[in-house]
Amino acid sequence: MSHHTLDARNSLCPMPVIKTQNKIAELQAGDVLEVTCTDPGALNDIPAWCRINGHLVKDSLENDDEVVIVIQVAG
Amino acid sequence: MPIQKKAVALISGGLDSLLAARLMLDQGIHVEGINFYTGFCVEGHTHAIRKKDKKKPKRNNALWSAEQLGIKLHIIDIIEEYKDVLINPKHGYGANMNPCLDCKIFMVSKAKQWMEENGFDFIITGEVMGQRPMSQRKDLLPVVVRESGADDRLLRPLCAKNLAATLPEREGWVDREQLKDFSGRNRKPQMALAAEFGFEDYATPAGGCCFLTDKNYSDKLVDLWQARNKKDYELDDIMLLKVGRHLRPQPHYKLIVSREDGENKFLKGYKKQFSTIEIKSHNGPLTLVDGELSDEDFQFASRIAARFSQGRDAQSVTVKVTRKDGEEKTFDIPPMPASEIQQEWYI
Repeated sequence: MSHHTLDARNSLCPMPVIKTQNKIAELQAGDVLEVTCTDPGALNDIPAWCRINGHLVKDSLENDDEVVIVIQVAG
Repeated sequence: MPIQKKAVALISGGLDSLLAARLMLDQGIHVEGINFYTGFCVEGHTHAIRKKDKKKPKRNNALWSAEQLGIKLHIIDIIEEYKDVLINPKHGYGANMNPCLDCKIFMVSKAKQWMEENGFDFIITGEVMGQRPMSQRKDLLPVVVRESGADDRLLRPLCAKNLAATLPEREGWVDREQLKDFSGRNRKPQMALAAEFGFEDYATPAGGCCFLTDKNYSDKLVDLWQARNKKDYELDDIMLLKVGRHLRPQPHYKLIVSREDGENKFLKGYKKQFSTIEIKSHNGPLTLVDGELSDEDFQFASRIAARFSQGRDAQSVTVKVTRKDGEEKTFDIPPMPASEIQQEWYI
């Protein structure tokens, strides 16, 4: 299991979802991906994408400027 | 036990594609969704940029549809490939800059490619005969079939009974009798079917899914092409057309003036790509300047920008101009009176 990061700042949904989807396609089951976004819509869209594709959202944080979502990749 | 057939469904996020996919699931078909992102999709909820919209629920309707259906959704970036569809539409534009028929042909052809690469058997769409004036006219539905190359592997479950049987129907993969015969612009049959399936809170049927069908947006795109003297764009260009007031006081430059805090924040992300005008003495908008301006032009443009600040009625306001090369100048100017802002500057 390894930890990865993805910078999806300054892109608007659905681009952060697409970037997450494409990055996860390169990862192994159990890997953790931390995605940083500036579009607050990502806070809903990335977890929705994770739910329908079976990945686990371990954490999500929002402050004034950024959203961070931590995902564990499913098998 | 027969092998379960697989269909790839074009999921726009609207009601029709949701219903079409559900009809296939009810027939035991394995369905996965595909959603194409052109850069012009309203689904990108770019309106979320504006702070005043923050109370509206933010969701991507294609993802919402997939979740309702319990299917996977593959969102595919086709921004680059889509340029040729928009710039050179073989079948022309609709009422605005919407190349709907070429767009549908392109998306079905991409779905066909995805189907073949992923071992799926057929494609489904939520098209309804006669529902839309350009892409869903009865005489044009066969054009999509033919020019996309999907041929008889393209099934339209909502209006299949009005059309010749496709391969999935002829082969008995799906039961034609359970498909629908919807046609025309009346949405009541779809709404009744949604109620039957228990779908609530679906995207507004007449909401439209593409900025290119919007006159104001199309006008800004045409202006962009005219100013550059060529039909081309990058993703940032088409994103910025969705944000702020756009004014062209002179043919050689355009101003993008933010309308509130959310847009201010969004436009700040472009400060390295554009010259900017900021109001320093009062609360006011960030203005991006697209074009090459003289000092005199900047004075004039700053007076316009100041008009949209809280110092609009002051004798003078302090503005900071930062040129694209980083050179900064701060000066005082009188805001332009409302009567001098020409209506034709607005794009």
